Amino acid sequence: MTTGNTSPGIDLDEATRLELERAGIIVSQVDFIYNWARGGSVWPLTFGLACCAIEMIASATSRFDIARFGSEVFRPSPRQADLMIVSGTVTKKMAPQVVRIYNQMPEPKWVIAMGACAISGGPFKQGYNVLKGIDRYIPVDVYLPGCPPRPEAVLQSLNYLQEKIRKQDIRKDPAFTKGRRQYPVPEFAGTDLEPPYNPQVWSPPENPNTEPVVPPKKSAA
Amino acid sequence: MSELPHEPVIQQFPDVEWEEAAGALVVPAAKAPEVAQWLHDHNTLALDYCSNVTGVDYLEREVKEKITNDDGQEETVTKTEPGRIDVVYHLYSMRNKTGPLVLKQRTGRDNAEAASLTPVWRSCELQEREIYDLFGVKFTGHPDLRRILMWDEFEGHPMRRDYEEPCDYEWEPTPHGEVLEKHKKGKVIA
Repeated sequence: MTTGNTSPGIDLDEATRLELERAGIIVSQVDFIYNWARGGSVWPLTFGLACCAIEMIASATSRFDIARFGSEVFRPSPRQADLMIVSGTVTKKMAPQVVRIYNQMPEPKWVIAMGACAISGGPFKQGYNVLKGIDRYIPVDVYLPGCPPRPEAVLQSLNYLQEKIRKQDIRKDPAFTKGRRQYPVPEFAGTDLEPPYNPQVWSPPENPNTEPVVPPKKSAA
Repeated sequence: MSELPHEPVIQQFPDVEWEEAAGALVVPAAKAPEVAQWLHDHNTLALDYCSNVTGVDYLEREVKEKITNDDGQEETVTKTEPGRIDVVYHLYSMRNKTGPLVLKQRTGRDNAEAASLTPVWRSCELQEREIYDLFGVKFTGHPDLRRILMWDEFEGHPMRRDYEEPCDYEWEPTPHGEVLEKHKKGKVIA
């Protein structure tokens, strides 16, 4: 059995390494073992906001079985969770609580923004009461589009996250170097949250045009 | 549209009007708790359940009306109908399995105020709070009148017809619809 051991910086040729592996000796870096173990047991938070949560729950049922990827242990306490799946519409009233829960999670922690609403506000983007994407306040690792995404997509996003975890360098990654990352909790103001986004994490897209956008004129048929 | 006879209510309370077009009883706010209690305790109507409370906002509008003037000629007159907010209650009887009877309280748009019917039907409590939140109607006699959907610091009442949402449109590469209109007007932040 091979482990897919691909850690760089090992002064050992491939043939020898594979031979040792067959004999039951794994020559690797701590990074690889560490990330391989953590990627195989990502514990998500029991946390759902809207209809996407139903699909997230479905991905934990026997038909889709998130346990195949080691993430079947949904923890009801943020103190015991590694992964926050922001599943659904984040209303402005809910956003401070979401950030607060993120702050309570211990490192290393990851976030999946699930569904159109969690990514950008989705169909409610131009409304008065919905946050235009959770990435305005907390860093998002995997964006999972869909309305709502199917359970297979949830599993794929988990696979992407595991891929990302495998590439983490435990000496440099902010999850290990910055202590517990906490972001300021926005406060309620007259029409929006204050601040409307956290400039540390997110900034609005720049308009490349100085003029307001005008639709192209229809050519005469 | 009311399914139950409204005549007994009007016989008992002459102040109550029957609005044919909407199929609803229009009750003045001062009388509303009394009428509600009467309907609740009535032997045959027995409206013991309020299933739905909602608000309807009407802006001030101009109505054209044809009238016959003194010379006997037909004339079109433009009248200004003042704006108003209706608070609509849908009442059912669980005992008789009948309903609904529609009850309305009518109020102006400025300093909108209506009588709370929560003391009569407990199920009104949250829905009256919602109307307070989204339409800005103050319910006198409500046990716990606070915003319910929006946060306490929120300004304005979003379900009102003249509500203007905050201008927080950001630049998008492919604007369309309403966002495109805002783009054209340059009402885009950043």
